[in-house]
Formats: sequence, C-alpha cells, structure tokens
Amino acid sequence: MTDPIQLTLGPLLFNWAPDRIRDFYARVADEAPVDRVYLGEVVCGKRAPLLDAALADAAERLTHAGKTVVWSTLGLPALRRDRKSIAVLAAEQEMLIEINDISALRGRTGPFVAGPLLNVYNEGAARELMARGCVRLCANVELSLDAVSAVAAACPGLEIELFAFGRLPLALSGRCYHARHHGLHKDACQFICDRDPDGLALKTLDGRDFLAVNGVQTLSHGVQLVDAGPATLKAAGVTALRLSPHTADMVAVASALRDRADGRIDAAELAARIVASGPPGALVGGYLRGDAGLRPVGAPS
Amino acid sequence: MGSIELVCPAGSPAMLRAAIEAGADSVYCGLRDDTNARNFPGLNFSPAELRDSVAWAHDHGAKVLLAVNTFARAGAGDRWRASVDAAAGTGVDAVIVADLGVLAHAREAHPGLRLHLSVQAAAGSPEAIDFYAEAYGVKRVVLPRVLSVEEIAALMREITVETEAFVFGGLCVMAEGRCALSSYVTGRSPNLSGVCSPPEAVTYTEEEGALVSRLGGLALDRYAPGEPAGYPTLCKGRFDVDGGLSYLFEDPVSLNAMSLLAALRRAGVTAVKVEGRQRGKAYVARVASAFRAAIDALDQGVDPAPFERLLSDLAEGGRETAGAYRKTWR
Repeated sequence: MTDPIQLTLGPLLFNWAPDRIRDFYARVADEAPVDRVYLGEVVCGKRAPLLDAALADAAERLTHAGKTVVWSTLGLPALRRDRKSIAVLAAEQEMLIEINDISALRGRTGPFVAGPLLNVYNEGAARELMARGCVRLCANVELSLDAVSAVAAACPGLEIELFAFGRLPLALSGRCYHARHHGLHKDACQFICDRDPDGLALKTLDGRDFLAVNGVQTLSHGVQLVDAGPATLKAAGVTALRLSPHTADMVAVASALRDRADGRIDAAELAARIVASGPPGALVGGYLRGDAGLRPVGAPS
Repeated sequence: MGSIELVCPAGSPAMLRAAIEAGADSVYCGLRDDTNARNFPGLNFSPAELRDSVAWAHDHGAKVLLAVNTFARAGAGDRWRASVDAAAGTGVDAVIVADLGVLAHAREAHPGLRLHLSVQAAAGSPEAIDFYAEAYGVKRVVLPRVLSVEEIAALMREITVETEAFVFGGLCVMAEGRCALSSYVTGRSPNLSGVCSPPEAVTYTEEEGALVSRLGGLALDRYAPGEPAGYPTLCKGRFDVDGGLSYLFEDPVSLNAMSLLAALRRAGVTAVKVEGRQRGKAYVARVASAFRAAIDALDQGVDPAPFERLLSDLAEGGRETAGAYRKTWR
C-alpha cells in the first residue's frame, strides 16, 4: 500500500477582512480534513500589513490542531517592501517555505515547495530546483496530467501537488484591475478588492462567464476540480491535492475530495458534492486532459 | 555614454537582411518549431537558413540572437537541447532562454555560449536577476514590460548584468511568462506552445450588422461597419463587468517608447528591442530605420522627436502608448 494522497489548503488569494480570516482558519483547524495549510499573501504586497496579525493567529490555531503550516512568498514583487518580505522568508533556511517567484531562490539553501506560480514545465527545470532544495512541486495549472506524470517519473523523491479545487490563477500583472475598474490609481486603491471575496466576475460580450479579477491577479471564473481517482493520481506520481480557499463551504469541499482520494466515492458523486458546497463558478477540468482550461470537468471534448 | 544597441525581429532570412540593411545592430530569430515564442506557420528559420543568415549578418557587422525562449515540454526536452546545440554550432552571438532546464543545459554543454534571459522568465527584481546571473552566467536580461523608466533606473543601480528593454510593437499587459489566459480558452499559450491567442482559434462573424471577433468561440470585441477590426488578443478584449462594457485589462494599443530612448539610455539600458517577428520585412525595415535615425540623432545630441511620428500607422489597432514606462495608472 502506498501512502494516502494528502490534502492541502493553498494560500488565500483574496482580500478578506481579518475577522473573516480568523474565523475561516479556526474552522479549518477544527473541521477540515487537510494535512497542510499554506499561509501568506501571494497576490498583492500592499495587503500584507493589514493581514499579518490575522494570519499569525491562524498559524497558531492550525498548528495547535495538528496541521502543518507552510508560509508562501509573494508571486510578483513590485516594491522594495515586497522584495524585503520575500527575503525575510527565504532567509529562514531551516523552515520549509513555498516559493512563488524566482527572487526567493537567491541565497536560498533550505527546503522549499515550488508554488504553482513558478514556471516549472518540465523535468529539467524541476531537477534544477531539486538541486537547490525543492522537495515538492505544486504543478503550474497549465500542465496536463501526462506532463505532470513525465516530470514525476524523471524526478524520484519529488512530492507532487495538483491544484485540485478553485478558480485557476491564470495571470499576474503590474497593474491593478480592481483599481482600474473603479477608476482609482494603484497607489490609492482603497483596498477595494475586499468587495469581492471570490474575485470580481467578468463576462464576455455575449454574456458568458469568463474570468475573475483579484487586484493584480486574473483568475478563471470557472472552478477547477480534479476528479481523478486515487489509482490514476498515484500512477501519475501525485502525492497531494491543493484546495484554494473560496467562500464555498471548504470543509465540505475537503471532505468530498478526501472521500474521492480514498476511493470511497466516484467522480460523479464528487462533482455533485462540490456543486452543493457553493463554488463560485461552473466546474472546469480541461487543463488536466491537455485541453483548454475552461472545458467542463469530466467531459472530454 | 555609449550608444544604445538596436535589436530587431526577424521571422525569416529576408526579414533579417531587411532589418540589418535598415540599421539594426542585432536581430533575433527562432528555429522553425515550438522552441521559440513566435511559433506561427510559415515563420522562422531552418538550421541551414540560420547558419547562412549568421554568416551574412556577421559579414555586415551585425549580431544574431537565437530565441530558444519557450518552456520545454515535459518529456520532450531533447528538442530544446537540440536547438541550443544547433545555435552553438552556427556561431550565433547569444541564445535567449527562459527555461531553467534549458539554461542548465546551455551552461553545461556550451560554457562559451552567451546567454540572455528571455522576458518570458519574468525576472523583474534584482534578486531574480542576480539568481540567473550567478547560477547560469546570464549576461543580459530582457526586462518585463511592467517596469517604469524610474524603476528600470533603480534596478540598474542594483544589478551587474546588461539589460534590454522593449520599445516598439505588441504590448503584454500581464507579466510576460506569467499568463495562461490563452491556454484557458484555446489550450495553447506562450509558455506551453509559443503562441498567444493562436490564429486557428480566431473567427470574425457578422452579427446584427456588426463584426464580432472571437477567440475559441468567445466574443472579445464588436465593431460597427467601417470601424477597423483588431485581432482578438485575449487581454485586449472588451468585457462586461457589472453590466458595463470596458477594455478592463488594456485598451487595444501598441507600444511606442521612442520618446523615452534618452531616458532609457540614461537609466543604463544596453539595448532596445522591437517586437514583431510575425510582421514581415516591410514592417521591420521601417521600424529599424526610424529607430536607427532616432538613436543616431541622440548620439549626435540632436532631438529625436521628429522621428516619433514616423511609425504611428504601424501600431496594431492604430493607437500607441508608452506603456508602463510612464506609469500613469500608479
């Protein structure tokens, strides 16, 4: 028997109020069957000072509940302050951290998780990171399961995590689209991204749900779901599934994925339970099949 | 202060010669496969064409930079390594690389080969640039188009490698190499396949008297009769947010930073780069000669302003911007 597939909770991508953050992680600590929780602001360095205290409280609560806490670095450092926050985390050589920008590799000798915002598309890049301390790769969301499998096969010992639930992080920009939409400048944004706890929905001209804006980040409107069973995942070298926090009932999401990862339910029942948890968009799953990311889950085109 | 190097695109051997004859100091090009980020049908070089073109360029005092700037496909790294090996064999002056695995191969197999870091690697901080310089011996970094001139000047004070900045052509509004919008809709993207908003996914249809442009079936813009229709690049589309229609990410404009040449040179930028390997030899001849004239004017202490308007009709969508270099949205 191989080890069960782990569940992890990815870093919160949205600008939630401190009280909401504390309540959310308290419930995760008490009820969600996840093994590891990533914490830290990865989208916009301007938010970090507002949220640091709440995240520190969350870390304590989660650790007491037996969860592993891993701090994640910012994805696209823009200001001196952003660079400093990355350097401070990267200097913690004894501590496992998640890296989301190459900046963090300068001077890093300790262990790290390569986050999904890094450009690791193949075994050559993964091996380069392993030589520098990478112990786990959360695959870039564009990769198909075949590609992930090829990387895993060529990198024995590398733990592989898949982005299994949530709006897909598709792009980062220097520019803040929440500020642009509200006619504000980035430097005086009033943190207006806090109005949209799952992102600001955007439709195409013909009225189709398409994307969600989250400050400098653009996400899919559709919610990715990895619905493969444990045999398929293990054959591809996958050791963990990542759930990205949303306003949906994340305890229900985690319980459903736990049941699927242990082979207790099939893909159809998983999808039904995920829909019942209140995801912010339709379920998609094209990327894993090597198809367009917005294709529906479980429906080969 | 030395002159600034003019780097121009070449999608074919004829375009390479046109760029050099019009005044380019260097040209960049790719092999005819998915190892380069302009993997369009009918574009790019065979290994034999590359060898001949390098010889021709060197005879004419110009340099050739080979873009092997996509991310190797998992399990198919041989093709990327072969492109680097081919480059080394033809005597190109540098290879432009984004992928960590490809960088490692170039460093190990061809220690004498000059490496430039592609904009697709998204190295925008001194720490990231230092990492690539220290780990792989990268000599030049192509800067992300999200930086302002002031930010470039500040960056240059903290790094030791050369930099190259885009000054003309298509404009990414997202951080280059950090955008998967195209694959979300079409299955193909710059990082996965060397293309963005690929032509085979584009359609134009007449609907209720208007022309609608679509990518992968999604309506991205609508044009009244007689209005010039743009290419449906995803981030340049018009979208509906809360019932209001807007170009949320970027107006359909393209980059012309000729007015900032002097500022970029003062900031310490080594080279300026023109986008557009897909746009043909007439395009590159005009852009190269206008920038050549502007750079020569700068070198002679003459105001280059008169050259700025020479190119406005070439902009995709017909409108231009100095992009992030003047950060009006800050």
